[in-house]
Amino acid sequence: MTRYVMVVDLRRCTGCQTCTAACKHANGTPPGVQWRRVLDIETGVFPNVRRTFVPVSCMHCGSPPCMDVCPTGATYQRDDGRVAINYDVCIGCAYCAVACPYQQRFKVQDAQFAYGAEPTAAEERQFDPARLGVSTKCTFCSDRIDRARETGQVPGVDPDVTPACVNSCIGTALHFGDRDDPQSNVSTLLRENRHFRMHEELGTDPGIYYLTETDG
Amino acid sequence: MTVPNSSRIAPWRQTYWDWRAAGNFIFGGTGTGTLVYAAVIPGAPPILGPLGAAFVTCGLLCVWFEIGRPWRALNVFLRPRTSWMSREALIAPWLIATGALEAVPRFAALRIVAGLLALAYLYCQARMLNAARGLPAWRHPRAVPLMVVTGLTEGAGVGVLVGSLAAPAIAAATWVAWPLAGLLALRIVAVSAYRRGLSRDGAPQNLLRDLSRDAPKRLVVDACALLAALAQVAWPRGSVPIDVAALLAVAVGWWWKHAIVVRLSYNQGFALPLTPVRGVGVSGPGARPGW
Repeated sequence: MTRYVMVVDLRRCTGCQTCTAACKHANGTPPGVQWRRVLDIETGVFPNVRRTFVPVSCMHCGSPPCMDVCPTGATYQRDDGRVAINYDVCIGCAYCAVACPYQQRFKVQDAQFAYGAEPTAAEERQFDPARLGVSTKCTFCSDRIDRARETGQVPGVDPDVTPACVNSCIGTALHFGDRDDPQSNVSTLLRENRHFRMHEELGTDPGIYYLTETDG
Repeated sequence: MTVPNSSRIAPWRQTYWDWRAAGNFIFGGTGTGTLVYAAVIPGAPPILGPLGAAFVTCGLLCVWFEIGRPWRALNVFLRPRTSWMSREALIAPWLIATGALEAVPRFAALRIVAGLLALAYLYCQARMLNAARGLPAWRHPRAVPLMVVTGLTEGAGVGVLVGSLAAPAIAAATWVAWPLAGLLALRIVAVSAYRRGLSRDGAPQNLLRDLSRDAPKRLVVDACALLAALAQVAWPRGSVPIDVAALLAVAVGWWWKHAIVVRLSYNQGFALPLTPVRGVGVSGPGARPGW
């Protein structure tokens, strides 16, 4: 089996938001919709304070609450663990949005562009009316991952078939690959580093791991 | 560098489900409660069947106005295997049909079927809320009995009010007041248990703050309604006390459901079980802002 996951090395993330910009560029999301963003979390009490940058997006959960509640079957899970949405079936009830514990579902009713009513050339090229009035979210750049099956390239290793955010990361904080392959980059990172997954206690089996320190 | 909404880390109120979604729970709960009341109370006015069906229809219309692609609404039937929303939708047409028909004398026996379907529909609604794992106020197990009990209480309230108009002598009888008083007492217990459960199991601070600010007001009104219903039991002359109790039973139920669906719907926010260490050392303590 294959289970595509993302590994985020929190020690290396500088909070530059390049992945946020790369995602918007690759997916043409409207203003206010960020399929990926980086949280800036300050913890502790002066003088013992820490600042942590935490990239978040759809966690592509192994047990996705959004899929169970979806009344139409529009939200489904692919055999490699990615959670996807069939825009042609979705009725836009937003039940998935309230079921997601990661706040990673978005619904936009009307077309919106960055600079007023008219789209820029890039927005016009990427505009997809099928995304209006339905639920949307990060796809792990599914068009790229799907291409790997035709080309024989390896997602997470070959940039052509790797999510845009991972390719863009200037600090090599983001990694993508197959968790079920013990030789993959992500499996190696998970073996060698202490890590956690967000809101794991809710039983979602999230597909994004966060590294915090080297084991041993 | 930050993005405009990166400050949203602690739980905030979801905005996807607004008063229209609340309307489905308000009218759906009241309508199903009315149909259950019509099924179990002997001599209940026949008009309660169509009235309950009309309430349920109003609730579904509210949702229809909320969904992003209303002309695809029939897709809602496609996932009954896992989705409580699909299950609710599958019951709805049968519930509305039987509820509407039970007013016709030759179909009077349908009130039992409508009552059973109404119970199933009400349970689906409660589980639908409960299945939303992203919202602590909804996913708490004690939200289920609260939603069921308040729906039944509202239905009893409507039943009593309509009974007062249709047959004042029956409405003033103690055997009509007792069920309403019992349901009001049950709702007070369910609300208290829900509040205690949320406090004990952990919830966002904003949610607990809003709950502790608003819940006592509703509990006081519910207690007044209960006293009015008991007054009717003690002095069954006229129907003013039971009418007041019924009106308050409906009003507080709607107040509660609007609060749960709209006002208390804080999401999970973000949390870090550990903070990273740069260089040599061990991870720092975690953080869960807003909890």
